[in-house]
Amino acid sequence: MKVVLENLTKRFPPRNKKGAEVIAVNNFNFEIPDGQLIGLLGPSGCGKSTTLNLISGLETPTEGKIFFGDEDVTNLPPEERGVGLVFQNYALYPHLTVEENIIFPLQNLKGAQKMSKEAMHQKAVETAKLVQIDGLMERKPKEMSGGQQQRVAIARALVKVPRVLLLDEPLSNLDARLRLQTREELRRIQRDTGVTTIFVTHDQEEAMSISDLIIVMKDGVVHQIGKPQDVYDEPANLFVAQFLGTPQINVFHGEVKGEKLYIGDEAVLDVPGRKDMPVWVGIRPEGFIPDENGPLTCRMDRVEVMGRDVSVVSTHPQMTGRCIRSIVSSENKFEPGQQTVRFRLKPYKVFLFDKESEERV
Amino acid sequence: MIEKKSASFSRVLIYFFLIVWALIVLFPFYWMVLTSVKSFASYNSEYIPRFFTTEPTLDNYVSAFEAVPLGRYFLNTLIFTVATTGLMMLVIIPAAFAFARLEFKGRNAVFALFLSLMMIPTELVIITNYVTIVNWNMRNTYLGLILPSVTSVFYIYLLKENFEAIPDELYQAAKVDGTSDLKYLVKVMIPICQPTVVTIIILKVIECWNSYVWPRLITYDSNYFLVSNGIQEIRENGFGRENTPAMMAAVVVISVPLIVLFLVFRKKIMAGVSRGGTKG
Amino acid sequence: MKKNNLKAWLYLLPAILFLGVFMVYPLIDVCVYSVEENYNFASQSFTGVGLGNFKYVLSDPYFVQALKNTFLIVAITVPLSTGFALLISLGLSSIKTLRNAFQTIYFLPYVTNTLAVGLVFMILFKKTAYTDGMVNLLISKFGGTGVDFIEGPYWAKMFVMCFYTIWIVMPFKILILTSALASVNQDYYKAAKVDGASSGRIFRKITLPMISPTVFYLIITGFIGAFKAYSDEVALFGTNLNAAGMNTIVGYVYDMLYGDSGGYPSYAAAAALILFAIVFTITYINLTFSKNKVQYM
Repeated sequence: MKVVLENLTKRFPPRNKKGAEVIAVNNFNFEIPDGQLIGLLGPSGCGKSTTLNLISGLETPTEGKIFFGDEDVTNLPPEERGVGLVFQNYALYPHLTVEENIIFPLQNLKGAQKMSKEAMHQKAVETAKLVQIDGLMERKPKEMSGGQQQRVAIARALVKVPRVLLLDEPLSNLDARLRLQTREELRRIQRDTGVTTIFVTHDQEEAMSISDLIIVMKDGVVHQIGKPQDVYDEPANLFVAQFLGTPQINVFHGEVKGEKLYIGDEAVLDVPGRKDMPVWVGIRPEGFIPDENGPLTCRMDRVEVMGRDVSVVSTHPQMTGRCIRSIVSSENKFEPGQQTVRFRLKPYKVFLFDKESEERV
Repeated sequence: MIEKKSASFSRVLIYFFLIVWALIVLFPFYWMVLTSVKSFASYNSEYIPRFFTTEPTLDNYVSAFEAVPLGRYFLNTLIFTVATTGLMMLVIIPAAFAFARLEFKGRNAVFALFLSLMMIPTELVIITNYVTIVNWNMRNTYLGLILPSVTSVFYIYLLKENFEAIPDELYQAAKVDGTSDLKYLVKVMIPICQPTVVTIIILKVIECWNSYVWPRLITYDSNYFLVSNGIQEIRENGFGRENTPAMMAAVVVISVPLIVLFLVFRKKIMAGVSRGGTKG
Repeated sequence: MKKNNLKAWLYLLPAILFLGVFMVYPLIDVCVYSVEENYNFASQSFTGVGLGNFKYVLSDPYFVQALKNTFLIVAITVPLSTGFALLISLGLSSIKTLRNAFQTIYFLPYVTNTLAVGLVFMILFKKTAYTDGMVNLLISKFGGTGVDFIEGPYWAKMFVMCFYTIWIVMPFKILILTSALASVNQDYYKAAKVDGASSGRIFRKITLPMISPTVFYLIITGFIGAFKAYSDEVALFGTNLNAAGMNTIVGYVYDMLYGDSGGYPSYAAAAALILFAIVFTITYINLTFSKNKVQYM
């Protein structure tokens, strides 16, 4: 099911008389293709959960429309939209068993959709198998691990065969190892069911690793939509560039003069066809190549060995932030006590942003 | 060594003290059971009461049920207790749900009003309630007994606090699944808050079983007496000339149900009372 | 979400209805009654508006007696029961063996019918032509002379009254104080022991301040409860409390409504309002006092 958001806006009234109105979602326009896994990504408080609530129908938009396929669902209550929702803390009913939890949505069906007890049980078992918890049907939520509870929550959301599956920070309550495992699992379940899935996360790595498409947002505004690799390789603005990627992108004060990019007094790169202007220079950690004759001279701080790669931590007068982190192959050798390090830059790992608007130039 | 000696001495003192109070608490119960199994003749012949009896008899229980309609009082109290408690749950659960879960204009104002009613003592409103029930011609009816005590602001408050502790996500999950508010209340909220609901029911049952003042005002026909009024009636007019053993038999019969209830639900009752129940 | 408005009021309707009829309306009505002079219940008429009812009640010797009894009961039972309950709770929290058994026994009076057990107390204390009664037997064992506690001298009746009241209110106080004592963080005690504080000093400097909010809560509710004393009195002395000289303010209110003096809701209302004023004032004083003295953690 294709999901379309049209001029979607949600404003919350001020909390008290002095406070200002909060715009949680500001004029969203995008289309989510059928059957894909979409990561809605942004720092906390950026409005991603509100977006999810708008799609699920728990909140009604101030302006704009929501379509599932060609159907306008803007004014439909949540139960008539056919969405499945998985909460960050799973929101399982603590007094019901796994099976009762999964069946719960089916018991609400009315009219022609009404199911017999037998059919409901059948359906519950089927869904439980899909998420591989069919051996735990008689357990109560508190008798299960976080990962298992997560699966029950997903099963409960899937059992009605929703048109759209929504997940709010689905992995944030799991420990690191389970998180890796569960995210593969999520990917598999989504592939198996083919249901259009939107999940919210603040963890860019998580979003990039499994999404078909990511939507990066901040302060209620969509900053970029695209395939994970495309967004990483071609960030639309400084925020997106900084938000994606670990270690973070390194940002320098720079200037374009005569088709050359200057950081401080050093011309570090040729930039043919660019106007003269002051810029932010963003360089990905993997964009540095150690070179004794390289144009960028940094003061060496320390080298952190990571096995396959080494991370060179250095400083430069024009940098922003605390230090420059570059990831280079461990084949490069560094002398102990070395005072400076010089780099060459990979042009496609260097991004220039307007000093004022912070948009990519 | 001296330290140890004084420690064990104070331990003995503590136990002695605790046992004395336990005896003071238990003695009336012992005495009432003891007296109830002494025959009328032997009781009356004991100028100096004896602490035991060699010939226990259950005759007093028979005469207690025969001389006064004890069974009737029991039935009345049972009807009164079940109906009052049941009706009260039907009144307070939806109210607590509305305050805890539904959003509506004036919620805070109405809730503040409810809370302020918690300070009003029964004694102040009982006068008009009496007049109201008399005017409605409801003296000597079950309805007259029941109606004024089917709401409790305190229990609404207690339940509302409990309902609010249930995470919002559960409600949202239920909404997405198409669950109606009523079904959510019945199938999710009440089961989750079951301990509190049970506590409230138990406290209310105790209150009903022991209520005396209101039933006394409202009933003068002994067909509608509750056990408390029955006891008072027995004391003042029953059993002819001071048949104390039969009186005690009646007292035992009346006391047993609550004591059994207490022994079964000991933990729940004590936890419930310490969470804010007060007698009456 | 607009639908919710109507629905919410529907959920609240039963509660509002019942509270309105049996709580809010009576509250207003009782004030009206109290100023309607010479109100006649049969004809529902009155002669004028004023403070006559209050004057009548305050000069009624039965009310004065009830006032005196009530104040005596409050002044004797509240401090005694609270102090005693504190001692027992301290004892309870210092032992492990049989602790549960003791707690269960101590709670029993809470779940008993006041009227029923009152009868047992009456039997125990009463002196009749046939028997001196249990308590008098004990007294004579220790060389005293027996006295009829139920129909004898005033001080004897007051003694039984207070004894029974304390017996009835102890379970609640013990329960609350034991759980308050249990919730004091044990680390404080360990720290104090390491510092070499004596057990008396630990009690004064740590335990008492920590549980002082609970103690004050018990004192306040104790005052309120004792001022409303009534059914305990009926249990011991019968319904005709005026004749026994053991009436209380609440008893006076009920007697004015119904009973031997016949229905005078106006006098009852005036007496009830006087009671409310007294309870309110005492609670207010208590609260102000506790705000200054109690150390909340």
